[in-house]
Amino acid sequence: MYNSEISLVLAPVAFIISLAASSNCLEGSPEAGNQIYASCIACHSPERNRTGPRHCGLFGRKSGSVSGFEYSTAMREASIIWNTETLDRFLESPLTIVPGTTMGFAGIKDDKKRQDLIAYLKSVSDSPGICVNNR
Amino acid sequence: MSILKPEQPGLLEETAINSRRKFLLQAGTATFSATAIALLGGCNSKAISAETNDAASQDVRILNTAISAEHEAVAAYQLGAESGLLQAGILKVAVQFQGHHKEHIEALAKAVKSLGGNPAEAKKDYSFPVEKLKRQSDVLEFAAGLERGAVSAYAGAIPVFGNRDLSAAAASILADEAMHWAVLRNVLGLDPVPGAFFS
Ligand code: HEC
Repeated sequence: MYNSEISLVLAPVAFIISLAASSNCLEGSPEAGNQIYASCIACHSPERNRTGPRHCGLFGRKSGSVSGFEYSTAMREASIIWNTETLDRFLESPLTIVPGTTMGFAGIKDDKKRQDLIAYLKSVSDSPGICVNNR
Repeated sequence: MSILKPEQPGLLEETAINSRRKFLLQAGTATFSATAIALLGGCNSKAISAETNDAASQDVRILNTAISAEHEAVAAYQLGAESGLLQAGILKVAVQFQGHHKEHIEALAKAVKSLGGNPAEAKKDYSFPVEKLKRQSDVLEFAAGLERGAVSAYAGAIPVFGNRDLSAAAASILADEAMHWAVLRNVLGLDPVPGAFFS
């Protein structure tokens, strides 16, 4: 009796812990994502337009909308709002999600790596240190 | 390797010419069945799909994005070379690496033209973070970062070329960029080859 009472009491706790763990995992780690951003720095930097557009202010921005960057028609017309979900799909396979994009990159296939990368992108998107005046 | 010598018709160009032939063939025979087109293709056993056009123009887009990144690398080495921060021996190596990037551009541009596209031009201004370049090691770290990035960019491009010969050519460029990266790391006193896999 004693044992089953305990497990009844603990069950919801365990449930909450497991929820917390999974949502933690969903959010990814910006520090780990910073390492994965090495795959992007040939073309991107947070604060300036290079071969690809800058990533400052990315979250909540419409695809193809950074001024002074020459996008493909495909990206301009894609009408995607960048957030965790849309980035997750795009970064897994950019050429499938936006056919005709000039981002000639296979994508990050590993779910965990993508989550970490997106957490990093989110952390720089509004970082006052890096992104002030660069939105 | 011959593909890195733009004066010789290299792998990239041959490949691009073949793609263009297929592309033109497909464009001119749009009303034929796929089988008929495959027969017209002669020794090519694969039926030429309606996607050939798309695949060729996608290859042009991928090549042009690579050219843009290569132009940036050339400009970055130029900045480094003119900075006055590099010792004579290091400067020589930097200029040599810059030469490789120029050769990559020539080879990639030839492939783009053979596919009927226009090669991407260099930008007028790259707004490099010059304020951060105060010592030789800053310049070398900056260059190493670009080379590291280039390895990833080619690793990401190789699987998405429609034409596998372009993937092979991109792999040979990737190898060159990886060597640059290792040499720069070595000069910086870092482990030149810090792992077994890079993507
Ligand atoms: C080979 C160069 C290259 C690499 C590598 C690359 N990108 Fe891109 N990226 C581009 C280009 C070019 C565009 C613009 C695409 C267009 O206009 O179709 C772009 C667009 C984007 C966009 C849309 C931005 C907007 O303003 O709408 C996002 C997000 C993005 N890249 C993220 C990434 C991330 C994250 C990585 C690393 C995993 C990465 N890219 C790697 C070249 C690259």
